[in-house]
Amino acid sequence: MKRLSEERTRILFEKLSKYIGSNIKLLIERPDGLYCFREQKDRVYYVSEKILKLSSNIPPEKLISVGTCFGKFTKSNKFRLHITALNYLAPYAQSKIWLKPSTEQQFLYGHHITKSGLGRISENIEKYQGVVIYNMQDLPLGFGAAAKSTAECKLADPLASVCFHQADIGEYIRSEEDLL
Amino acid sequence: MDVIGEILQRTAEDAEKYKPITVEKHLDLEYDLGTLLAVDNNDFDLAKLRRNQNDYFLNLTRENTQLLINKIWELPTERVEEAIVTKLPPQKTVLPRMKPVPKPKPLTKWQQFAKDKGIQKKKKTKLSWDEQLQKWVPLYGFKRAKTEKEKNWLLEVPGNSDPMEDQFAKKVEAKSERVAKNELQRLRNIAKARKISVPRVGVINPDASSAKELQAAVTVAKASTASLGKFQEKLPKEKEARGISELVPGGTRKRKLPPVPATVEKKENLAIVDSILNKRPKLDIESAIAKQISNSHVSSNHNENSGSKSYGKGQKANKSKGAKKPKGAKGQRKGKGGGRKRR
Repeated sequence: MKRLSEERTRILFEKLSKYIGSNIKLLIERPDGLYCFREQKDRVYYVSEKILKLSSNIPPEKLISVGTCFGKFTKSNKFRLHITALNYLAPYAQSKIWLKPSTEQQFLYGHHITKSGLGRISENIEKYQGVVIYNMQDLPLGFGAAAKSTAECKLADPLASVCFHQADIGEYIRSEEDLL
Repeated sequence: MDVIGEILQRTAEDAEKYKPITVEKHLDLEYDLGTLLAVDNNDFDLAKLRRNQNDYFLNLTRENTQLLINKIWELPTERVEEAIVTKLPPQKTVLPRMKPVPKPKPLTKWQQFAKDKGIQKKKKTKLSWDEQLQKWVPLYGFKRAKTEKEKNWLLEVPGNSDPMEDQFAKKVEAKSERVAKNELQRLRNIAKARKISVPRVGVINPDASSAKELQAAVTVAKASTASLGKFQEKLPKEKEARGISELVPGGTRKRKLPPVPATVEKKENLAIVDSILNKRPKLDIESAIAKQISNSHVSSNHNENSGSKSYGKGQKANKSKGAKKPKGAKGQRKGKGGGRKRR
């Protein structure tokens, strides 16, 4: 477990800011103790200081995961969020999309969201901004990138993609082995 | 009668000279006739062994050999040109090999790749029918060069190339280039198999190099000054190549950050967050237009910095435009929809 270099921290925060904007500060400054980002084998974990200290007793090559895995750095040094980060993205999300019950399953199988499946959309979403996807019961299902801005969505035809799929909770089953 | 007695005596003497072919053994021997092997599991007779070792062993060996030969005689025999021969059964004993098992030849880079990808070699026939020449043409080797010459007596000048360029010379050069490349790869494979480190060649052909290779070359070239590139200027969005730390002294090598107290780390992280959030937003024309459209669509003041105060004004302005029909609950609503009425 090592600290993220400044460059990588910057890349991580830039990615997170697409989804939760200035709420990143709330992830770093928490009232319930100190939390930090740690890196192992290119994967980034969000861990409380307390657990991190406990984990230092375990040799790093034996350690599989500590805290919450947010995602991983690719070989080209870009950051890719994993579905496991949803627990922290959903409460702070700034732009949201709600799905109709009929498209829920489609999304959970890894498909993009079409205009016809759109139940509700928050205002002022910019194009390619990160959005968190909910069902109509406000259960977070995953996240993606807005294919169209809110204004464009209103004019789009029903089959046009509104949001590109990035991760969904179906991955817990579909790609169980590579989630770690 | 004397004669008969003599003969009988002689045969008895002869029989005494030859030992009997039947041998008594406590345990039967184990035979492997394929290798002409017999294994005697009986214990030594210690008394006889101590008395006369050599004779005892000689006798024992004779007896065992006799048994083995008896066993061979049990096999079906046939007569080939005055000689009695038999066919031995396949051997049961596995003999260890004298020399170690040869190591498999190291795969070439292509072979390794093909193996990983599951690419199988396709057998191509050496001769193939050529429609143009109307005859069978070899794929390689004898008479191949001749057919090539016959076939390419005329070459087309590609539309986008220089018309004065010699297409024949170009073709020859391309061929020699391919041959040279193959030779280089062959040598590289040998070096890899023998684990010899080969010096890097750098960028050979800038026209054909990938962006990654060029970036690596730039990064290395920049660090190749007396001050290890410390005073080299940077282009605005220049990035350093990754994964070449062994070529660039100092600087770019990855170092593990020293541990700091969590509070300090938090402060550093917050500073980074601030710098990201306070970045002057790029003028994104598309998003600006989208915003403009949404503003005009709603036709009310959406500016965030003018809050509830201007809300009334907007309404007034709407009213002053005059005589707008009520939309019958189909109009766009501002805000979250529903909730407390704010008057």
